[in-house]
Amino acid sequence: MSEMERTVLSEAPTTGKLFDCRDAYSSALEAMAEQDKRVCAVINDSLSSAKLKGFKTRFPDRFINVGIAEQNLVGVGCGLANSGMIPYLCGASCFLTARALEQIKVDLAYSRTNVRICGMSSGMAYGQLGPTHHSIEDVAWTRVIPNMAVVVPADHIETAAAMRYSLHHEGPMFLRISRIPVPQVHAEDYTFRLGKAVKLRDGNDVTIVTNGVLVCRALDAAQTLEERGISARVLNMSTVKPLDREAILDATRSTKGLVTAEEGLAAGGLGGAIAELLAVEHPTRMRILGVPDVFAPTGSAEYLLEHFGLTAAGMVQAAIDLMKVER
Amino acid sequence: MAETAHDPADSAEQVQWLRRKANWIRLSAMTMTHHAHLGHTGGDLSSADILSVLFFGGILRIDPAQPRWPQRDRFILSKGHCSGAFYSTLAARGFFPVEQLKTFMDPLSMLNGHPDRNKVPGVEANTGPLGHGLPIGVGAALGARMQQEAWRVFVLTGDGELQEGSNWEAAMTAQHYGLDNLTIIVDRNRLQQGDFTEKTLRMEPLADRWRSFGFAVREVDGHDHAALLDRFGSLPFEPGKPSCLIAHTTKGKGVSFAENQPAWHHGVPTREQLAVAASELDAEVNW
Repeated sequence: MSEMERTVLSEAPTTGKLFDCRDAYSSALEAMAEQDKRVCAVINDSLSSAKLKGFKTRFPDRFINVGIAEQNLVGVGCGLANSGMIPYLCGASCFLTARALEQIKVDLAYSRTNVRICGMSSGMAYGQLGPTHHSIEDVAWTRVIPNMAVVVPADHIETAAAMRYSLHHEGPMFLRISRIPVPQVHAEDYTFRLGKAVKLRDGNDVTIVTNGVLVCRALDAAQTLEERGISARVLNMSTVKPLDREAILDATRSTKGLVTAEEGLAAGGLGGAIAELLAVEHPTRMRILGVPDVFAPTGSAEYLLEHFGLTAAGMVQAAIDLMKVER
Repeated sequence: MAETAHDPADSAEQVQWLRRKANWIRLSAMTMTHHAHLGHTGGDLSSADILSVLFFGGILRIDPAQPRWPQRDRFILSKGHCSGAFYSTLAARGFFPVEQLKTFMDPLSMLNGHPDRNKVPGVEANTGPLGHGLPIGVGAALGARMQQEAWRVFVLTGDGELQEGSNWEAAMTAQHYGLDNLTIIVDRNRLQQGDFTEKTLRMEPLADRWRSFGFAVREVDGHDHAALLDRFGSLPFEPGKPSCLIAHTTKGKGVSFAENQPAWHHGVPTREQLAVAASELDAEVNW
């Protein structure tokens, strides 16, 4: 583990310096556009929330606004890729994935086009706006479609690294870009590898597998568990698809159970993907933390994470419960 | 069988040749449907003349030897269910051997019921669900402009297909960006799967609708090869505007028992009906 990661471990997410991953994504996109003339951005009206004012100013000829029209947004992206461009489609994840799901399936995944979907303000970031604006289904929807790569970065460092990776990825990719501020968990020189989990902390009692804004909370949970005599491994499974089977199977052999945690529905997402693997390959006790089969109430993102136990305390409790069952 | 665009001695000869080519496409598509026991005969027959003129009339700048030639014109079949006519056209134009048409919808055939760009040379977009082609065409036209390339984009849609709202989202983008390198051709055969379009969900005034969305609109008899050549030869219809060509067609065109019959949307011809069609079309398919 690097010095950087050790430093962060001792900090609570709410006390360390916090970053908006959207800033890292938009800076990375501008740098990639500078480097490669094929890079272009397409939005559905949301210039500010997609943080692309800088891109539009610097690369006006490679910036397209299709207006409030998500089906068209994805179709246009497919056509741009056909023409030889590398389009980044940027819009609120709740609308982009839901409204254009058939276009994502057919125009991008089935067609294997080099289009990147940047689902902004995903999960429960728009907590107060209500369930219409919560994007808690996006990982489940995208990860079951063949050919899709699905990535949920944990911090601004990983967001930028995943963006840089995406430039050379063959096929479509969904990047889930949160607006919930998070502390840095990866070292500055971190290299993103698609389909590879990052072991942020080793442990031999229990493994916490998570991604996105919950990774920093999992590190806090591991710290608390250690104080209670439970050794927790923490895997940042930022790539939901393709799933890092080896990292999961290794965790089941090395620890006594898995707690998964995700900022989205407990059904069909990261926990579901892991459960599908383990049910066949290595049945293992699990706790799947996420939003249960309900539409979330209104409330800030922090409030909703607390409400559904998607916190360090929630992960600690799940790990303790799991260990009790094991004993 | 593979042929290049026809270089006519005179226009009358070219029109005659394009008609023969279209009728071959018709009979080939019906033969494929007969063998597969599945297909979309009505739309195959209504679009055959448009396909013939685009692919054999020297309109599309394409090279079957280099299906992904970057400077090619893009032709997108938005009405992907008319794959019988489209595959027949591509094969006749030399994108793949005509013998492969025998495998239409067979297990593991590259000739799926709806076209797959990763399997079939000459296919630009995976279509089937309706309302996908125009947004993709708009994106390709935007891409040509970004790269300052002169190639053009043609999208062939059905008419019932225009009930999908995604078309109108794309139309607004085409207007906003003034995409005069984009042409939509509407196969206006007035029938959709269940009934006549005007009984199902009124399309008229269709030309006015496209005009109001900022397109330069022309109408044409979609079975008149000379008129189609003339219209395609005058693109863009107006500089700075996307073009819309409403091609008035007859569903099931050229085969008496199928013409204008809703049931022939996906009717499957018997051996006897195939023989009647061959006679009426004065065509022969021996792949």
